[in-house]
Amino acid sequence: MMEAIKLEIVQDYINQFANQPVYVHLETTNGAYASHFNANAYNVGAYIRNARLTYSQGKIVEHEGSYRVGLKHEIGWIYAEGLTDFEFNENNQLLIAGHDKEGRLMVALQISPEPFSY
Amino acid sequence: MNFEEHNHVVVIYPHPDDESFGAAGTITKFRKAGVPVTYLCGTLGEMGRNMGSPFFANRETLPQIRKKELQDACKVLDMNLEMLGYRDKTIEFEPRDEMAERFKNYLENLGATLVITFYPGFAVHPDHNAMGAAAFEAVKMMDPDQRPTVWATAFSNDHVEKLGKPNVVIDLIDSFDQKLDAIKAHRSQAEGMLSQLLANSESDNEYEAALERFRFEGFYEVDIDQVNY
Ligand SMILES: [Zn+2]
Repeated sequence: MMEAIKLEIVQDYINQFANQPVYVHLETTNGAYASHFNANAYNVGAYIRNARLTYSQGKIVEHEGSYRVGLKHEIGWIYAEGLTDFEFNENNQLLIAGHDKEGRLMVALQISPEPFSY
Repeated sequence: MNFEEHNHVVVIYPHPDDESFGAAGTITKFRKAGVPVTYLCGTLGEMGRNMGSPFFANRETLPQIRKKELQDACKVLDMNLEMLGYRDKTIEFEPRDEMAERFKNYLENLGATLVITFYPGFAVHPDHNAMGAAAFEAVKMMDPDQRPTVWATAFSNDHVEKLGKPNVVIDLIDSFDQKLDAIKAHRSQAEGMLSQLLANSESDNEYEAALERFRFEGFYEVDIDQVNY
């Protein structure tokens, strides 16, 4: 199960994945119904499933109760903010996500040694 | 409404839970009349956002959780389930004619006399609109004398203004247990919504609060040669 981010633990996992090919899932969303329920809202969302890359350095930083992660790879960066929770699962995947109070996912950054399924 | 007159009802929606929110009571009425019902469910709702509070899912476990919920709901509704294996949020990017061809094969093989799907352009979520458009297309590709009737679900904020009121309205007062049980089978989707319904209702009873909101299922019976989408 996901639990509140512990900076040192997540940093350790990020370090473990450095300098080897990994698969990244990066996502942000405010829901498919944002503008249906609120005419002033605007649907935004993006995801990349299974970007294959090797990062040379990665760091997690705390800011007022949530976290940002930056991964520097050969030709650019991976960036996410608003992260709150993490899990290292039985498939050796590091899942990091930001959830609102109701448990709705708002942002996710996930790193895996093998491609993510589905 | 004479439910017995149909031979096979095929429900075509993209997400686990669309069937329960959109058509569970109607499905129950067809099953009670002895009519087989098959659900062609497009995706596993892989990109759903509700992970629970406390958490019961994450991005990677959600598909299997929603698959189980879908199977449970189909058991409650006593209908056949075909999972089509598309991916949540990507239906509008699939070739529509290939999807329509696939749907048409199901409709012909099952001997469908009624299709329940989303009304393209009036169903809010891009997957809903694209799935409905492919379903409309599938029916259009069939010989006119073989075509099933089409009932379409619309719920965009402008649907009544643009389409008028639904011309098929099913009152679920006598089949609401199944509707509520089917909705509740989708725990990952329904939990927060049901408690919110209850909080906003004058009733302090979940059944009553849900009945207020979901008592009627409305559809637009469309003439597939006339409809614009
Ligand atoms: Zn849906």
